[in-house]
This record gives sequence, C-alpha cells and structure tokens, in this order.
Amino acid sequence: MTGSPSARERRGSDWLLPVAILALIATFVRAIYFTPPEAKQGAAQKIFYVHVPSAFIGLYVAFGIVAVAGGLYLWLRDERLDRIAASAAEVGVVFMTVVLVTGPMWGKPIWGTWWTWDARLTLTLFIWFVFVGYLILRGAIEDPAVRARYSAVLGVLGALLVPFIHLSVYLFRTLHPMPIILKPGTPSLPGNMLTTFLMSLISLLLLFVALVRARYRLAETLDALEDEDMAESPVASLRAESVR
Amino acid sequence: MPPTIEASGLTRSFGRRVAVRALTFAVHRGECLALFGPNGAGKTTLLRVLAGLLRPTSGNARIDGVALPGGAAARSVVGLISHQSMLYSALTALENVEFTARMYGVLEPRDAALRALQRMRLQDRADSPVRSLSRGMQQRVSIARAIVHDPRVVLLDEPYTGLDEGGASALSDALRSLKASGASLVLVTHHLGEGLALASHTAIMRDGRFLTHEPRGDVELETYRETYREAVTR
Amino acid sequence: MSARIPPGTFAAAALIARKDLAIEFRTRSAFLAALVFALLAIVIFYFAWDATAVSAIDLAPGVLWVIFTFSGLLGLHRSFGVEEADRAIDALLASPIEREAVFLGKAFANLVFVLGVQALAIPAVALFYNLPLTRVLGPLIAIAVLAAIGLVSIGTLFSAMTANTRLSELLLPVLALPFFVPVVLPAAQSTARLLAGRPVSEAMSWLRILIAFDIVFVVACALAFPFTLED
Repeated sequence: MTGSPSARERRGSDWLLPVAILALIATFVRAIYFTPPEAKQGAAQKIFYVHVPSAFIGLYVAFGIVAVAGGLYLWLRDERLDRIAASAAEVGVVFMTVVLVTGPMWGKPIWGTWWTWDARLTLTLFIWFVFVGYLILRGAIEDPAVRARYSAVLGVLGALLVPFIHLSVYLFRTLHPMPIILKPGTPSLPGNMLTTFLMSLISLLLLFVALVRARYRLAETLDALEDEDMAESPVASLRAESVR
Repeated sequence: MPPTIEASGLTRSFGRRVAVRALTFAVHRGECLALFGPNGAGKTTLLRVLAGLLRPTSGNARIDGVALPGGAAARSVVGLISHQSMLYSALTALENVEFTARMYGVLEPRDAALRALQRMRLQDRADSPVRSLSRGMQQRVSIARAIVHDPRVVLLDEPYTGLDEGGASALSDALRSLKASGASLVLVTHHLGEGLALASHTAIMRDGRFLTHEPRGDVELETYRETYREAVTR
Repeated sequence: MSARIPPGTFAAAALIARKDLAIEFRTRSAFLAALVFALLAIVIFYFAWDATAVSAIDLAPGVLWVIFTFSGLLGLHRSFGVEEADRAIDALLASPIEREAVFLGKAFANLVFVLGVQALAIPAVALFYNLPLTRVLGPLIAIAVLAAIGLVSIGTLFSAMTANTRLSELLLPVLALPFFVPVVLPAAQSTARLLAGRPVSEAMSWLRILIAFDIVFVVACALAFPFTLED
C-alpha cells in the first residue's frame, strides 16, 4: 500500500510553473514590443502567437496523451495512467478554450466576423466537445475503476474520430469555399517572427506540463485520501461492494 | 474424482479493497457448501468470480477442472441465482427461461424450459409476463432459468429471499435432486436452518476470509447459532 | 448429461437481437416515442422555415438527418436499460457466449429500430416538404442504411457506458453527438446532392467518408465493448 504523498509532493505546483510563467511573460513582451507586426493584418495578427501553439498543444499533445494513456491503461490497468489522462484532459480543455476564444478575437478585427468555419477552429470545437464529454463522463461515475475504463475507451475512440472530423471539415470547406482567415503558421515565417513563435510554443508547452503535473499531484492526493477513508470506514466499503 | 469446484489462495480485490482473501476450498460432486456471514463479507463477490463474471486477482479457481476465467467451457456448466431476478420483465416466464436455454445450447429449449418451470411449480403462469408476477414467483422463474440447462455447478445467492412456503419447498426439492444427480452447490444464505439442511460443508465468511469451515456432520445447530451470531455482530 | 453446444458468436448475437426486438415489440413504447418525436420535429421545422428564403430541397436534407440522429438517440438509450433493470446482463455474461456477441446482437436490434423509424419518417419528409424522392429512392436507402450503421455502433457502445450513470439520458447525447458528425455531415450533404439532381458520383466523396467511418467504428466499438463490462 502506498502512503500519502510527502509534504513536498502535496504542495501541488513545483519549480516548473514559475519558470513557465516567466518564459511566457518574456515571450509576450517580445511579441508585443520587439516583433514587427505582420504586413497585412497589423497588430491583431499577434494573437497568432497564442492561438496556434495552444491549438497544437490542445489538439495534439493533450489529446494524444489522453488517448495513449487511455490505451495503455486498458492494457496495464495502472491507475497512474488514468490520472495522467484525466489531468491532461482538464488542462487540455483550458488550452482549447483559449484557442476558441482567441480565434474570434483574431478574426473580428481583420474580417469583421466573429466566427468562421475555419478548418482548424472547427476541428478544435468538435474535439473540445469530446473533451468536455470526457470530463462530464468522469464526473458521472463514482467507482474509480469503472471511471478509468470508460474514460480510456472514450479517449481512444476520440483519437480515432479526429481524422474523420478533419476529413469532413476539409471536404466541406473544399466544396463550400470560404475565406481563409487564419492561416496556419507555416515555416515560411520571417526569422524574427519564427523565433517569437518558437518561444511561445516552448513556454506554452512548459506551462502545459507544469499544470498537468500540478493536477496529477492533486489527483494523487485526493485518491490517497479516499483510500484511507475506505480502509478505515467499513461502511464505505460496504457501499462500494453493493455497487455492481 | 477431482472436485467440481476448487479454489486455492483465491483472491479478488477492487483497487485497494480486498473482497475475497486467499480462499482455499473444494466442493465435490453431490456436495453443497453453505456459506454464511454478514453483509460485505465477500460472499457475493466469491460467487461472481466462480460464475465467471469477475476474474481472480490472484490465486486460482477451477470449475470442472477448467481454470477460471475459463471462458465458455467453464461457464456452460454453471447456473447462477442472485438476489436480483436477472429477468426481462416484458417477456413471459417461458420466454425468459427458453431464452436462457438457447444461450446454453440446450437441445429442445422450449421443452426444457417448460420442465424447469414445472419443477418450480410455475407451469400455470408460463405465459404470464414476468412483470405481472409477484416477487416470489419471479424468484421461482429466476431459479427455473438457472437450472434449465442441468448445471453441474449451481451458485445461489440468498435464493430463499421472497419465496413463500410453496416456493421454498419447490426450491429445496430442486436443489436436493440436483445434488442427487451429482451437481455441486454453493449456497449463500442468512437462513441457518435452510442452509444446514442442504449442506455437506459449511463456512462462515467475514472480511473475505473463512472464519470457520467444516463438514456439516461436525456442526451442532445450537452452538453453531452462537458462533454465527458472534461472527455477524462483533 | 445432455450433449449441448453453446451457440457461436453470431448465433448468440442473433438470439440476443431477437430477444431485444421481442421486448421492443411487446412494449412498443420506445419505437413510438422515437417515431412521434421525429414526425413532430419534421413538422415543426417546416413552420420555423421561410420558404421564400430557402427551398425545400436545401432545407430538407439537414432536417432529415439531424432529426434522425436525435430520434435514434431516444431509441439507443433504452438498449442497455433493459439489461440493467434486473441485472439481466449478469445472466448474459454468465452464459457461455462471447462478450462481442452481446454487442453485435444489441447493435443489430438497434439497427432494426433505427431503420424502422427512418422507413416511416422519410416518406413523411417527402410528403411535408414536397420532395421528389422516388427517383433517388435507391441511393437514399443506401445512405440511410450506412448512416444507421454508424449511429448504431457508437450509440450501442455509449449506451452500455451510460446506462448506469447519473443523468444517463443527457450523457448519451453529449458523448455521442461529436461522434455523429462524420455520419450526419456526409449523409446530409450527399442527400442534398442527390435531391438537387446531381449524379451519384458527386455524392461519392462524402459517402466514402461515411463508409470508412462505418468500417472503422463498427470494428472499434465491437473491440471496445468488453472493456465496458466489469472484469
């Protein structure tokens, strides 16, 4: 049996979080004051430095972790994998919300409309729904083993869904041409902007990892407390046995 | 002959909670193990493991020589009765039992279903939808469903609950004749009298372990009542 | 000891499908609810629509497929409810059949259910929206079947997961709807193409997505199903 996490672990966040925040501040200062504005879009284009890395992290890093950790959980049944998946999902939702908020913020000054069915935005929106469904499902199940199994199934199926939504949205936009407002960040960025972009990507990635670690430790602590409860209280275990 | 049911160090846990702790026992042909104990002792979990619904966490168990979880081979000889009826309330008694017969591959499922209902003295209500039957009659249908395929192993979780005199005697008759034809029974019950009447071995279970486990012949009813009461209330 | 051979996976699935359909036929309530919901929604949409702004042929495909999705969800929800009520699922799992058979049997019963609703609702749409369906009937039926297969694979699996959670009626749509996007979008778009008189080949790019989705998710959901059972 594992004991409760040590005092240091219980604190939740660690050195990584301040480092990430510092890196972010440095990036934003650079982006706002030291990086030239883009020729056609002006100052509003700078949202790109937040929007695109967040999309990358939310859609691919976070969702990838949820799907892979879920798949591994179904194979190995290690509860730590479930905790990683859940933490990544919660932080991932936040990042994707940032994408969905900055998208319109970027689009409105340039094109005058809040929302367009831009391919990446639309994909993010649907995967955001999958993430939210994932978290709601977890909230609706009390038994930790059932919760872990069902979440893992949903995570893996969600990963399978991503290419299909990609295809559907892409085909829709091909057949119903729409203004392409939010150009993907291509490597053809001039050196200055590329550096800022990479800085932003790295600091956001650091932030993501720091938040996931903090969330993971919190989950660990909560699980340990729950186990102590179960061990001490026969009533709690009786209730648990009567479920399924 | 090897025992029909045998367990060795059988353990089943749910996360950190251990429900069944290193149990070792055997039930041979024609024997009945009566299992008593307080709620939460792990009796239901033990039956579910033997029925193939849960896999052992560690240790082993065998049904008819097949190690659990044994897949279709082990499950095909087991009949399970639990305190929920496991019936489809919209279908008739006969349809429920016949469906189960087909799932076990019984030849002439309809006739087998009618015979099973007859054994539980329910042939007159064969065509009644289950939801129109009283709780006691539903229990009888559930028992018919569990024995329609002539199981060699019958696992019973408080089967006398809700049965009236007629139902209880029909059940006892059915269990006695199953024993006589060589089936092995594990009977979980709160009713000492009924359990001991059928038992060849008895055990009191608590916190996943057998507190006592002995042949029926060694047990004297009054002293056993005391032991049982102590085990349950402590 | 009678010589008996338990049914194989597909035979068991057929037995389970038959049993589910017998239960549904006996009560009929879920089917009627889904059908009435679909018809009501179709009619209400008609009155919410400005015929001078959007033609029937433009509106109808979207209406048709969105409504099918929601009415399908109504039916899918009860799929595992009947097993949970008195824990009949335990009897199924204790019997000598493969877990996949339970999924296949229930999915097939759900397929019949959904196709049944479609069979009655599609003519209703044709009637109320004045659509010339007869010339596209063949391809339309093919689209309906493909869409139903996708809906039912996801819906049956998610029904198993949500059956004994809190808020299960709400949770099933919330989880399933994002997964229905690659079904509804191709179905609606290809129906629109067909109704506009375009040749079937133009709808094929959409239908390819739907077919691929069906293949991937029927397999994925059947494989995932045993993980939704306690073990």
